[in-house]
Amino acid sequence: MSEAVLNGVEHQHDHHPTGIKRWLFTTNHKDIGTLYLCFSLLMFFIGGAMALVIRAELFSPGIQYVDPQFFNSMTTMHALIMVFGVVMPGTVGFANWMLPMMIGAPDMALPRMNNWSFWILPFAFTLLLMTLLLPGGGPAGGWTMYPPLMLQTEHALPFVIFAVHFMGVSSVMGAINIVATILNMRAPGMKLLDMPLFVWTWLVTAFLLIGSIPVLAGAVTMLLTDKFFGTSFFDAAGGGDPVLFQHVFWFFGHPEVYILILPAFGVVSQIIPTFARKPLFGYVSMVYATCSIALLSFIVWAHHMFTVGMPLAAELFFMYATMSIAVPTGVKIFNWIATMWRGEMTFETPMLFAVAFVILFTIGGFSGLMLGIAPVDFQYHDTYFVVAHFHYVLVSGAIFSMMAGAYYWLPKWTGYMYDEKLGKLHFWLSVVSVNLLFFPQHFLGLAGMPRRIPDYSTQFSEWNAISSVGGFVFGFSQLILVWVIIKSARGHGEKATAQVWEGANGLEWTLSSPPPYHSFEVPPKISRS
Amino acid sequence: MSDFVSNRQIKALILCAGLMPATALAEYGLNMTRGVTTISREIYDLHMLAFIMVSIIGLIVFGLMIWSIIHHRKSKGVKASQFRHNSNWETVWTIIPILILLSFAAPATRTLIELEDIEDTEMTIKVTGYQWRWHYQYLEEDFGFFSSLASDHNEARQKNSGIDVSKIENYLLEVDNPVVIPVETKIRFLLTSNDVIHAWWVPELGWKRDAIPGFINSNWTMVTEPGIYRGQCAELCGRDHGFMPVVLKAVPQEEYLQWAKDMKQQQAEAASGVDREWTMAELMERGESVYTTACVSCHQANGQGLPPVFPALTGSPIATGPISDHISIVIDGMQGTTMPAFGEQLNAVDIAAVITFERNALGNSVGDMVQPAEIQAAQ
Repeated sequence: MSEAVLNGVEHQHDHHPTGIKRWLFTTNHKDIGTLYLCFSLLMFFIGGAMALVIRAELFSPGIQYVDPQFFNSMTTMHALIMVFGVVMPGTVGFANWMLPMMIGAPDMALPRMNNWSFWILPFAFTLLLMTLLLPGGGPAGGWTMYPPLMLQTEHALPFVIFAVHFMGVSSVMGAINIVATILNMRAPGMKLLDMPLFVWTWLVTAFLLIGSIPVLAGAVTMLLTDKFFGTSFFDAAGGGDPVLFQHVFWFFGHPEVYILILPAFGVVSQIIPTFARKPLFGYVSMVYATCSIALLSFIVWAHHMFTVGMPLAAELFFMYATMSIAVPTGVKIFNWIATMWRGEMTFETPMLFAVAFVILFTIGGFSGLMLGIAPVDFQYHDTYFVVAHFHYVLVSGAIFSMMAGAYYWLPKWTGYMYDEKLGKLHFWLSVVSVNLLFFPQHFLGLAGMPRRIPDYSTQFSEWNAISSVGGFVFGFSQLILVWVIIKSARGHGEKATAQVWEGANGLEWTLSSPPPYHSFEVPPKISRS
Repeated sequence: MSDFVSNRQIKALILCAGLMPATALAEYGLNMTRGVTTISREIYDLHMLAFIMVSIIGLIVFGLMIWSIIHHRKSKGVKASQFRHNSNWETVWTIIPILILLSFAAPATRTLIELEDIEDTEMTIKVTGYQWRWHYQYLEEDFGFFSSLASDHNEARQKNSGIDVSKIENYLLEVDNPVVIPVETKIRFLLTSNDVIHAWWVPELGWKRDAIPGFINSNWTMVTEPGIYRGQCAELCGRDHGFMPVVLKAVPQEEYLQWAKDMKQQQAEAASGVDREWTMAELMERGESVYTTACVSCHQANGQGLPPVFPALTGSPIATGPISDHISIVIDGMQGTTMPAFGEQLNAVDIAAVITFERNALGNSVGDMVQPAEIQAAQ
């Protein structure tokens, strides 16, 4: 506000440093959102390249291209990058861009911290990626970092741990900012239950981040002291317990799963009503379902570790608790379908990705339910069935919803419509190849192929070959997305209107496309429909 | 046909294009095994129950969705209705999933309780995971042995081995010494580990269980059909995680008793050579076979290792330096590295033989040797 006073009447507010300084010093939610999204896209290709190393090696039995140790570091780095470098920053990017516009605020509540929470990330990932150049190679103990194996890591260990700490600090600061923004900066008259669902899912996600990331920080710090300072938290010989790490890790890890997927739910809940030209069905039950999923996510962690040998009572508890998550998740899926029901649907690229999300995420949900049945998990655990499951919910789930969101909001961000033909091509290539890539992995897992192996018995050859072909098609199809974004950002395409989509509703669509540098300088009036 | 695209893969690619009938899929393994124990069959039935249930739900949910996608579109000229909620429907789709879940929970609970009932077992086998092989100890019989990936498979799986792995039967699922059990006997497995966490898994038994250093897990099985059942380590355990198979041979009771007797005798013989003087040739011959099972996965068949993690033995200061250092590193291992303490894993004869081999083969020619008796004294 002081700036406005200083500049007197001529306060366009659009003036800012140009060039590199604009991006380094920016405190603007849109600039920071753009930074997050570009970073996420870059990491998507780095993590994706690692996935292609994995799929190339697994194309046929025998070791063809890489040493098994390097293969293990590829699976480890691929997961760390995709989880912490793609999905988390990506959804934070959406939050930065859209939250202030959706709640009628000028910017985020804590703009300087916003700048900092982004600029930590490039350092964190440089630290992580440079481990590949160290003697002994990158971390190869899996993204779950289980000791004692992780403690066998050579020089990479402290780098990975500090990288994880940095990512955690960035996430927690981002989360605090989001909570502060949502709770304090809504336009006058906007009650919590008036907020768009994307805002709701991010509010809940932010609390999950604040609750779980410090637990991860604790777990990896204990690894650090076990390795370098003579403690034995996870060493039985010194009175510790390796399984303790798994409990602590998954106490973070399971809420983390919902940190990745809840914003995706939010994006899809914005898109489906727009293209069905119909209000979201069961708004209030969607909010309650989101909250109950978040609460349950803190009491189901041990279903990731049914095979470590827990007491029967604990196994039963975690099995029942896990199954119960299917209920609120089911409510969400039914509500999306009810939103589509008797709507007036059109199928532009965002809607195509959103519909594919609902179907493919549900398939991932089904395998998740099967995995939750403890005695059967004794077969499924640590096989490709699990790999298929979490890629269905994360790639055709979280990533697809991010694609949907990118197409949906791109005209708003750039002021120009994206190329619909290329968008549809991108969608169809992605949706076919992602199924070719991950569906056969269900069969591999059931037939007995363990995960995280660089070579396999010959009866697994066929499905692995198919999966690898799917992987390469999926990977290279993503270049279309980059092209679409570049075209739209450089102003090739039809000028977008403020509303962009015929069925779009909400404050963000009342602003021009592209929106002014500071979103709402005067709070909008909230009309209740 | 080029090296990395086999005929079967071409077939599979054609198949995925939908040009072959679905029945041809059976040979590629699509589903979980029914297994060979009562528990494994119960688990299979639970899996199928869950699979059929989710398939039916999927058909209904996706069917409704697709119907809506076809009919409720703007191009058909429909007008969007504006309903926002319907409490009855919302109650229905909360209650029905709860009922479906309860229908899974009951049989799952029963099977789980049965699985955890480790009472009245007739014999016990202690399974210890090592990087990267298994050790089996028959507690009542008082004998035990290591079980590693068979040497021809180990050779074939090396990068650029030039061996066509599709010609190898049960590629990567073959060991030198399978674990043998009698059928129709309730057997308790105790699982632990010497280094990192492993997981012992034979799909036909219906379960896997983690082998955790410093802790002992237990589980049981009772196999009903004689046969050879194959599995592998299921928990990431380092570089060669993919190369520590489990081969379980279930045989009739009498055959088992005979096998156990032979094993005990064999082990007595193997350990008995400690006192006598061994010749260089004898040690070298035995040393080579020990090297190919115990050392080769890290230090490699040619002794070049995989630096920097696994150092070369050829010309190394240990393998060509004072023999006492060489003995102590083999017996006690090396703290802070993956070099294990072989004193616990091999008998004195094997250790003497392998040390002698390492000093006089793999490009080394130190010329000295060590007798099993000296190793025993050093231990």
